[in-house]
Amino acid sequence: MTSLNDLTIAAAAKGLKDGKFTSEELVVAHIDVLDEKRSLNAFITETPEIAIARAKESDIRRRSGEKLGLMDGIPIAIKDLFCTENVLTTAGSHILDGFIPTYESTVTTNLRNAGAVMLGKTNLDEFAMGSANMTSYYGPVKNPWIAQSGAKKGKHLVPGGSSGGSASAVAARIVPGALGTDTGGSIRQPASFTGIVGMKPTYGRCSRWGIVAFSSSLDQAGPLTRTVEDAAIMLGAMSGHDIKDSTSVPFDVPNFTSSLLEGVEGLKIGIPKEYSMEGMPSEIEAIWSKGRSWLEDQGAECIEVSLPHTKYALPTYYIIAPAEASSNLARYDGVRYGLRVNGETLDDMFESTRGEGFGEEVRRRILIGTYVLSAGYYDAYYIKAQKVRTLIANDFKKVFEKVDLLLTPTAPSAAFSIGEKMDDPVAMYLNDIFTVPASLAGLPAISIPSGLDGDGLPLGLHLIAKPFDELSLFRTAKILELAAEFDTKPRIAT
Amino acid sequence: MSYIIEGDTGNWEIVIGLEVHAQISSQAKLFSGSATAFGADPNTQVSLIDAAMPGMLPVINEYCVTQAIKTGLGLKAKINLHSVFERKNYFYADLPQGYQISQFANPIVGEGIVLLDMPDGNTREIGIERLHMEQDAGKSMHDQDPRLSFIDLNRSGVALMEIVSKPDLRSSEEAGLFVRKLRAILRYLGTCDGNMEEGSMRADVNVSVRPVGSKEFLTRTETKNVNSIRFITQVIDVESLRQVKAYEEGKEVIQETRQFDASQGQTRAMRSKEFSHDYRYFPDPDLLPVILTIDEIDSIRKNLPELPDDKKNRFIKELGLSSYDASVLVADKEIADFFEQVAEKCNSKIAANWITGNLFGALKKANLPITNSPVSVDALIELLGLIEDDIISGRIAKDVFEEMFESGITAGEIVKKKGLEQITNVGEIESIVDNILTLNPDQVDDFKGGNEKAIGWFVGQVMKATGGKANPKLVNDILRSKLVE
Amino acid sequence: MTLDKKIVKNIAFLARIKVPDDSLDQISEELSDIIGWVEQLDEVVTDGVNPMTSVTELTWPRRKDLVNDGDCPEDILFNSTEPNWISDDPSKGGFFTVPKVVE
Ligand SMILES: [Mg+2]
Ligand SMILES: [Zn+2]
Repeated sequence: MTSLNDLTIAAAAKGLKDGKFTSEELVVAHIDVLDEKRSLNAFITETPEIAIARAKESDIRRRSGEKLGLMDGIPIAIKDLFCTENVLTTAGSHILDGFIPTYESTVTTNLRNAGAVMLGKTNLDEFAMGSANMTSYYGPVKNPWIAQSGAKKGKHLVPGGSSGGSASAVAARIVPGALGTDTGGSIRQPASFTGIVGMKPTYGRCSRWGIVAFSSSLDQAGPLTRTVEDAAIMLGAMSGHDIKDSTSVPFDVPNFTSSLLEGVEGLKIGIPKEYSMEGMPSEIEAIWSKGRSWLEDQGAECIEVSLPHTKYALPTYYIIAPAEASSNLARYDGVRYGLRVNGETLDDMFESTRGEGFGEEVRRRILIGTYVLSAGYYDAYYIKAQKVRTLIANDFKKVFEKVDLLLTPTAPSAAFSIGEKMDDPVAMYLNDIFTVPASLAGLPAISIPSGLDGDGLPLGLHLIAKPFDELSLFRTAKILELAAEFDTKPRIAT
Repeated sequence: MSYIIEGDTGNWEIVIGLEVHAQISSQAKLFSGSATAFGADPNTQVSLIDAAMPGMLPVINEYCVTQAIKTGLGLKAKINLHSVFERKNYFYADLPQGYQISQFANPIVGEGIVLLDMPDGNTREIGIERLHMEQDAGKSMHDQDPRLSFIDLNRSGVALMEIVSKPDLRSSEEAGLFVRKLRAILRYLGTCDGNMEEGSMRADVNVSVRPVGSKEFLTRTETKNVNSIRFITQVIDVESLRQVKAYEEGKEVIQETRQFDASQGQTRAMRSKEFSHDYRYFPDPDLLPVILTIDEIDSIRKNLPELPDDKKNRFIKELGLSSYDASVLVADKEIADFFEQVAEKCNSKIAANWITGNLFGALKKANLPITNSPVSVDALIELLGLIEDDIISGRIAKDVFEEMFESGITAGEIVKKKGLEQITNVGEIESIVDNILTLNPDQVDDFKGGNEKAIGWFVGQVMKATGGKANPKLVNDILRSKLVE
Repeated sequence: MTLDKKIVKNIAFLARIKVPDDSLDQISEELSDIIGWVEQLDEVVTDGVNPMTSVTELTWPRRKDLVNDGDCPEDILFNSTEPNWISDDPSKGGFFTVPKVVE
């Protein structure tokens, strides 16, 4: 039989149910891989003791016939942006040095209540600001994939970002599933780069309470897994209304796995023409049209549609997200927690603490955000961006009168090598060109590993659905998954 | 009535606008479930939200919104059906989030009015620009340590109303009347306890001056967080004089934030930069707009209590009080309540006179609030009853009141104990009168000779003989009848 | 719009981030590039368009006026950066501290 760490969440759950192995055995098997793959730098904090303790509790629950959760006894990794009680929480930043929350985020609480077992806190771009996991104070994360040929051969590749540690950990089979957050593509783009499934639910589906805030109007938690079914299972365990988050929706959580076998017969799939950009690798175009025919083969109708404001999504995002971030990150001032660099005066302390505590990219975005909100520029930049955001959301509203879902590539390229694009912020931002529009409109979206490029690196396809229509998203993603027959095992894991 | 500063170059008038921060009376904070009670141990009324821990989110306390609407209605103001919480971004030691959640472009309450009751009995209308909700910051303490300032976040997140007046005030006296009247309205409504000692109310005082007759506004200064009515008037007086002096010496007045130094009785420019900058307001993405319905507002309106102005008018129209007495009695809700209870049982004019006269005097001397007056409502009712029933004379009643106030003994007991009842027995008075007439034949002749006034002298004699207890009317009648015999 | 060193210094102070003088040139260049890039939004006609503040179309959730939080000074001060002053009995509370403020 395949080794325990190769099992999907669904398979592991079945094995536990059938008594083939205990949760403790399952967790220990994953801890072994955690040790093996430490060089990926996927984790900031490893919590094997907690994992084993909670695995034992799960085994006891199971033996004593207690009611079990959706993910009882299954090991997972948690992006280090979620506050976890009594476990160091860093957001990948120097400025949160030594911060130990006395509280647990709502989403991780839901997962605990579902029986999931935390193996550790994963590495990420500092405050989730990045698309390559290169900005973490705790160093870059490596992609377990490496190129078979071409210029990137022999180089370490980025896993994408900001949920790079979570993506790497799932791809490398350190865990079957990991928690991420997605603000402009931070789950979907790394999923595409590492050949796994990454899903961002509708804004408001998961509580933001206890997640270190980057951009409040965009941040959403979501699962990174190796199969569509696992994503559906994990989202079910994460979601739910939370009165502590004013933007969390008071809707019941559907059974997300219920639609998986429904197929796409009769569904209308929109192919937005603005998503084919000049200079986009032909392999991306190729996989995109493959995806289209896979869906048509199963009885879906693909229609070309137009989202005219697509090209303005990225600049809009890079005004709104930094503006909100500049305010959200003002609380890191050295007074109550985290890093404190003392100074003669109060302002000295603020400036030194924040000057040393924030990395380059975070500093860059705070300064941009401060600028676009400042007197005289507010209307020209911030208000303008919010108006364009309205137009972008309206584009989607219009096409969703005609179609049920949209199919696009997830990212304009496969994983690139560590160090690339570092000197050119805007080039780095372009990674999220296909994921940001759905984020601005708060729509659910998913990336499915769909093939390999010429260098043998994974490429993802991207589905976007109507608000709260995650069920259509999963059933369609399942069809792509079946058709792609993607072998999600990295060819050569470091 | 406009107040004039006579300078060397001419006469100047003062233009004053106040931004009053009033703490909303509520159990819990504006965006968290921690307590608001005054005087708790440091940081014991602080939630993870109030301390701005990572990932914490605000949720609106609906009661605070209701309180703000109530206050808006009390100020006869427009309630906005759509208002928005925004972030006011600045760094300070006791501002954990690095921003204050406030309202900016879309406040919950728009323009309203406050009526000042002027000493001459007239009223003057002062405009309200707006009222918005916001959270308070924590408290910094600077005297505990030579190197450090200490931070207590108990106040962090407490709900405030910022009530902004139009620049309609023209003297420190008017400003004092305005704050008193505003506080009375808030206390009638129960939306703020108005307790300035505990910081429930404080004002930012905006002052500018201009030559009398000029209509333009010159540069104003804002003196922050002035926490008593006395200080507010002081600030206006010293700041306006400082500005006139500056102009007359050909200097400029710079637009700046100042603070009041009570010990020096001076204002001075704030050194710290944190107030002099760009707040970068933007709608708080963690919160949704506050959308209200007409019905919601009407149901609040229906349950408003009677407010000072209406009470005053009722006292004048229905109880026949003077405008002055009425405004004195309504100025404080407790006093108004005390008066109304007494007036229910007794003649309201007499009740008003006794309360504004003897009772206020005694309370002032003992410096007690009416809420723990040694003379209770019932005690006063009993005393006034004794006067109405001619059991004691008005003059004696004053002495009785004094003793009631000292000892707390009831009027009835005092009167009995000291035998102060009026003599209304005709025979008794006649014999005293006869006696006095026979003893003073000259005065009798004087009266009979046509000197009507002499009767007053006789009355005095009778009163002296009876220790003031004889019923004056009887004494008069009996004297007349006997003298004209 | 280029952000010259003066603007950068000013927003850096607004954001309370110490920026070494020798890096001002590089930062103002980076920021100017980004701002130049986002200014392509000027092409978009937005007359009469409402700014979008939230994607949720919910009405505001309301909390009742109940005291059900706070009273946890140990938790509040748990991560507090030294030096600070905490009473011998932590449940009695304590203070955060900052360099002395002179107003
Ligand atoms: Mg003010
Ligand atoms: Zn204010």
